[in-house]
Amino acid sequence: MYVAVKGGERAIENAHKLLDHLRRGDASVPELSCEQIKQQMPLAVSRVMAEGAMYDPDLAALALKQSAGDLVEAIFLVRAYRTTLPRFGYSIAIETSEMRVERRISATYKDLPGGQVLGPTFDYTHRLLDFKLAAESQLEAAPKTEEPVKAEPLARASEILFKEQLLKAEVDTEQTPTDLVQEPLQYPADRSARLQALARGDEGFLMSLGFSTQRGYSRNHPFAGEIRMGWVEVYVYSDELDMEICVGEIQVSECSMINQFAGDKNNPPQFTQGYGLAFGFNERKTMAMALVDRALRCDELDEPVESPAQNQEFVLSHCDTLDASGFVSHLKLPHYVDFQSELELIRNLRSRFSEEKDHE
Amino acid sequence: MSEQLYNFGYLDENSKRMIRRALLKAVALPGYQVPFAGKEMPMPYGWGTGGVQLTASIIGKKDCLKVIDQGADDTTNAVSIRNFFKRVCDVETTEETGDATVIQTRHRIPEQALTENQIMVFQVPIPEPLRYIEPSETETRKMHALKEYGVMHVKLYEDIARHGEIATSYAYPAEVNGHYIMDPSPIPKFDNPKLDNSPTLMLFGAGREKRIYAVPPYTNVKSLDFEDYPFTPQTWTRKCDLCGSEHSYLDEIVTDDKGSRLWVCSDTDFCQKNQAKQEQSNV
Amino acid sequence: MFDFNFQEIQPILKVENLNKLFGFNKGCQNINFELFPGEVLAIVGESGSGKSTLLNSLSGHEQPDSGDVIYHAKNEQDYSLYKINESERRLLMRTELGFVHQNPRDGLRLRISAGGNIGERLMAVGERHYGDIRSKGENWLEQVEINSDRIDEQPRFFSGGMQQRLQIARTLVTHPRLVFMDEPTGGLDVSVQARLLDLIRQLVQKHQLAVVLVTHDLSVARLLAHRIIVMKQSEIVETGLTDQVLDDPQHPYSQLLVSSILN
Repeated sequence: MYVAVKGGERAIENAHKLLDHLRRGDASVPELSCEQIKQQMPLAVSRVMAEGAMYDPDLAALALKQSAGDLVEAIFLVRAYRTTLPRFGYSIAIETSEMRVERRISATYKDLPGGQVLGPTFDYTHRLLDFKLAAESQLEAAPKTEEPVKAEPLARASEILFKEQLLKAEVDTEQTPTDLVQEPLQYPADRSARLQALARGDEGFLMSLGFSTQRGYSRNHPFAGEIRMGWVEVYVYSDELDMEICVGEIQVSECSMINQFAGDKNNPPQFTQGYGLAFGFNERKTMAMALVDRALRCDELDEPVESPAQNQEFVLSHCDTLDASGFVSHLKLPHYVDFQSELELIRNLRSRFSEEKDHE
Repeated sequence: MSEQLYNFGYLDENSKRMIRRALLKAVALPGYQVPFAGKEMPMPYGWGTGGVQLTASIIGKKDCLKVIDQGADDTTNAVSIRNFFKRVCDVETTEETGDATVIQTRHRIPEQALTENQIMVFQVPIPEPLRYIEPSETETRKMHALKEYGVMHVKLYEDIARHGEIATSYAYPAEVNGHYIMDPSPIPKFDNPKLDNSPTLMLFGAGREKRIYAVPPYTNVKSLDFEDYPFTPQTWTRKCDLCGSEHSYLDEIVTDDKGSRLWVCSDTDFCQKNQAKQEQSNV
Repeated sequence: MFDFNFQEIQPILKVENLNKLFGFNKGCQNINFELFPGEVLAIVGESGSGKSTLLNSLSGHEQPDSGDVIYHAKNEQDYSLYKINESERRLLMRTELGFVHQNPRDGLRLRISAGGNIGERLMAVGERHYGDIRSKGENWLEQVEINSDRIDEQPRFFSGGMQQRLQIARTLVTHPRLVFMDEPTGGLDVSVQARLLDLIRQLVQKHQLAVVLVTHDLSVARLLAHRIIVMKQSEIVETGLTDQVLDDPQHPYSQLLVSSILN
């Protein structure tokens, strides 16, 4: 008898046991707790929440632990859990101008109302391995800001340009935004659908696409108008109480890119905007998202579609982490029935070919 | 385990209803790809999530489920999907084609004739038969709507001009009920005739691509061809080395590094039944 | 040179108050004319005068802002191209109408064999006999002066002139009655142009085609067209028989065009 690729239940079971051991590593080393991951790997937790499309740092930390640090796998776990949750309703749109900021920078102004707040960032660190960390870190006390971070609304940098009408106004279409969880992505996708797809899209893919626009594939001269990260309150409307109720506070990152002018016979030139928003501390992701969002606005701005980042079918059909990783990895599944029919075909074609050659 | 945290069939009832609505539409428009709000499933896209969602939406407590991959019940992914449904539905499962009321499959249709009391669920990776000719979804939807399929035959024409025959051996496109051209999923063309006028409801689910389509019972399914180059399914000059069947789809098993081979049925249930029959008649 | 009894024959194409504008005087506007079966009409003008926009609107490719394009079909029915549904329009476009692009790359599938290119329109209208499709392909290759033993070659290996002839064969294989041509000889060497023009003239006569031809080259118009429309800044400024317009232009712009090109 043969065994071939027929695996069977026991093989699968054993494989999963081996995976458990791989995850745990050397049992003499203390086990990581989810709390440790949540506290000490906040950026990994942020990415899992953003692409997993679920704001829950505890479950994101659990997913990271379970996936042995494989981010794509952790995102998958979170998404697969999230899909089973019933949808109670929609929150009111968050107001990022009311953000309790931890970080807020603008590259387009030297200073602006509310000031530049550098906050926690890798920027300007020298990327030198810190061997002291390999032992135990000595943590200095966190610096105190001179003024307490503003509690009153902190206007977005883009408002300055809006006031002068130098930035193309974002028009509220008053249409209910598409909900990609409830309806399939269909083309052409409106901006609400595009932004949702990008918000949960793979950071690496979006970063490379954004990069491609900077290098000349649909170049649109971006400036980082503003990047902010911090905490916003989430409100839901209660029918019974007829009022808006705060249900908690979430951490988000937001980026607004200011791009090259558009204008035509009827409208004077104006800057245009690309927008990025993500759960958690996800600065690079929101910057990439803003670049790609801007590139995808080509139809609305009457720009010729010439580059991959402008092609919404190309971008949106391929940006999802789960879609991409699933389909690439499915090649590991047995395909021997189809391969058999290809074998048979190629043998036929080759024998026909050599018969014809013999005739000549 | 945490199974009890999940609904019967894993999906919540609203999601199931949404999928069943799409199914009704798919049955009403044979071969038409109905977009639906596909859900993430706890297995990767490309590993059968479309089929799993369909099965999860139609399965009931009294159903008996069979899952095959490459025709076999014991391939790793078939085992994994069967176990999933055992966990989240606790339904009866079987390896016997005749006992199953729902058969989820990847890449094969069982050899044993199916009946009106069964439903086939196919896992589909790329539902769009025009995709490799026309990458734009906007354009292919229009081509389907207007039945503009000339370019499909151009592909077949090119095959004959270059190779002397139609060089498509699996996922062989077929016209359903005189209108829509569909991808029958990557089954070998050997299985295409089983789709035509079948008593069984055939459902196709593409999870990642978020499309559902169907061939209702007793519907015409015509594999594309030319009058002078008719569609021909694969045939073998050999018999199955295990059961002696002359009419089943055979897998080639390489048994050593000197090129020795066994040819055996890909449908493991069919093969085992055949073998059992012979043992009985030998007794 | 041609005898048409315009009173007795129905026009094959009627254009009524057609407008399609992209900006001020960009595009085409106030377009009215009729075209008769077997008649070749040239639309001339400088680039930017709106002639390509007009051609796209006439041929079913570009929805006009207003106005009507009415095609009189083989079955003696009138079809308003933008009032019928898309399915009917596209059926007409692949049977009774034809379009020859300036750049053969826009009208051919470069990685599909010459035979497949010619056969596509036949298969699109339901022909399902490989042998018949192939022999029609061979026949049409000969008609456009391409050796039929090149039927399995891909047009990306053909010269520009051959590609253009293949595009014409692919368009004419379903026997359209009305063909639109956008600068069909543009981008070709002068000697190649002459041969192609000669071929087009023969085919038009042999198959009794009505043609609307866009060209900026008045010598092409003189060779092929019975009638000429002169466009300037989106509007028709002069129309008449070819010899009339070219030998005795009335509108100052036509005069300028004729003198600048013919001298």
